Amino acid sequence: MSADATHQSPAAAAFADVEHKPGAKKPDPILVADGVHRAFGGMVAVDVEHLEIQRGAITALIGPNGAGKTTLFNLLTGFDKPDKGSWSFDGKSLAGVPAGKVARAGMVRTFQLTKALSRMTVLDNMRLGAPRQPGENLLTALVPPLWRRREAEITEMADALLARFKLDAKRQDFAGSLSGGQRKLLEMARALMNGPQMIMLDEPMAGVNPALTQSLLGHIQALRDDGMTVLFVEHDMHMVRHISDWVIVMAEGRIVAEGPPGEVMSDQAVIDAYLGAHHDTDLGDDSLLSDEVADQLEREAEQEQAEREAENEEGGR
Amino acid sequence: MDWTRILANVVGEFFSPLTAAYAIAAIGLNIHFGLTGLLNMGQAGFMLIGAYGFAITTLAGGSALAGILVGLVAAVVFSLILGMPTLRLRGDYLAIVTIAAAEIVRLIARSTSMTWLTGGNAGIAGDGFKNAFHETCPFPSGNTTVLWWTYPNCYSNSWWLRIVAWVLVGLFCLLVWRLMRSPWGRVLKGIREDEDAVRSLGKNVYSYKMQALVLGGVLGAIAGIIYVLPQAVQADSMGRPTTFFVWTLLLLGGAATVFGPVLGSVLLWAVLMLIRSVMRDVIPMSVLSSEQIEAFSFITVGVTLMLLVIFRPQGILGDKKELAINVR
Repeated sequence: MSADATHQSPAAAAFADVEHKPGAKKPDPILVADGVHRAFGGMVAVDVEHLEIQRGAITALIGPNGAGKTTLFNLLTGFDKPDKGSWSFDGKSLAGVPAGKVARAGMVRTFQLTKALSRMTVLDNMRLGAPRQPGENLLTALVPPLWRRREAEITEMADALLARFKLDAKRQDFAGSLSGGQRKLLEMARALMNGPQMIMLDEPMAGVNPALTQSLLGHIQALRDDGMTVLFVEHDMHMVRHISDWVIVMAEGRIVAEGPPGEVMSDQAVIDAYLGAHHDTDLGDDSLLSDEVADQLEREAEQEQAEREAENEEGGR
Repeated sequence: MDWTRILANVVGEFFSPLTAAYAIAAIGLNIHFGLTGLLNMGQAGFMLIGAYGFAITTLAGGSALAGILVGLVAAVVFSLILGMPTLRLRGDYLAIVTIAAAEIVRLIARSTSMTWLTGGNAGIAGDGFKNAFHETCPFPSGNTTVLWWTYPNCYSNSWWLRIVAWVLVGLFCLLVWRLMRSPWGRVLKGIREDEDAVRSLGKNVYSYKMQALVLGGVLGAIAGIIYVLPQAVQADSMGRPTTFFVWTLLLLGGAATVFGPVLGSVLLWAVLMLIRSVMRDVIPMSVLSSEQIEAFSFITVGVTLMLLVIFRPQGILGDKKELAINVR
């Protein structure tokens, strides 16, 4: 399967001179993190020495469950505090800055478990995302003429985004009545109301039906083409391969590999840590369901297991 | 049975100062719980703070306005002290801290060592602190009878107090109506639904929660002042049961609605009065004493409320559609 040929954006071209190793320097990084460390009790969740995210590109963050991807997201966006470490966004240090301020600085995130505000309408969800609404001040709120104009602007912006994400028919419905995939779309659209420079998507494809996947991919690519920086966590390797310009692999809290998607996915270390030998095989393929294939896979797995045990014994000595 | 008298009693509850006081306390709680999702289990504490602030100031010779200001400032300080450590934590912690704080206020106020200031267990007798409010009364002294209701013009449980209290109820309803339909109210509603989502959109959630806590607490303090004006200030009259009455009538009328707290208050106290009056007339003393009737009327109301919460959990004015969406 030829992975590289599927896309070649100008953003991907910017990575031409970037080394393919963890913590590689980027030509124009928007986010730079150094020595970010977070442990829960004795368990080290995140231990990132150096990380740079290229401006205007789609960067994928992959890794097995428990690799620390979401924790890293939480730390960078102010939802969790690191034990130590510093990072800057667009030249401003954001270490220790609370989540609300991080979003106002232009770095907006979404959540793995979608956080649609259920008992509010889709439109109100959207409006809430907008910055600089004077009516959000308690005293100004009492005098509608002071905020009505901004409210009209916001509503217009919200309607445009809803139309783009094909949610315009739902604008007056409660967000809680939307399907899982529509909630993902709403969350992304709501984040865009903030006019961010960088958007961080935590598993945007989780729970989205295949019919919607394609349009979601299109939306994410459109964001990059509008000049936005996208960083996303995803387990769906097809999606990662299809849209990302650069892939960062995490395992056990550390960054273990970086590179363009095609290369990273054929990297032996990454395959061992995460993807597995058959990551390119479609497990939904019926021909795989025959007994012979199942037996063969089982034998391979046993063999791998035996090899690993042998290695461990050697290491133990 | 004297139905005219019973009905006059019941309808009298519709506009009594007590009903207004509970309505205002519930409007405050509605800002906490209905709009922002803050579980304040100590609204009675805010009422006590307001009542003592007012009574102590006016006893010391301050005007009614000064008394109200002191009560309000005390409530603001109290909410800040409560909110600073707890609003960063998850919602249930606020519930525990507020109920404890309200009890602390009550126990300090009734302690013997505070007798010089709060009157201790005996409280502050009415004739001392009420005069400041009576002086603001524009009517001549005496009683006025309107239809079946006779009350003093100015003194204690008066027409003047009724007018002031219900004008305030109207003003606060207007305030909540305006705020609920403003972007400020939208942020609060978002916080009620999921504060992390609101945080991710660039809002200072902590500051909004604090504003809601202070605003609702200030309304609680005003309710406390109105509550004590027809009677005396006594710490135990605003204990945990008061908080639970406020919660009950808020849920009865419908949380997150403008008129829910008012309707809830009117209904609760009027129905209580109806049950009490009818039972006193119908049931002979040998079967149930008047104390037992008092207790029984609360039981009846309790059962009614259980049925209401089971079969109409959104309250009388609540939006069924909003509740149909199961949150998480």
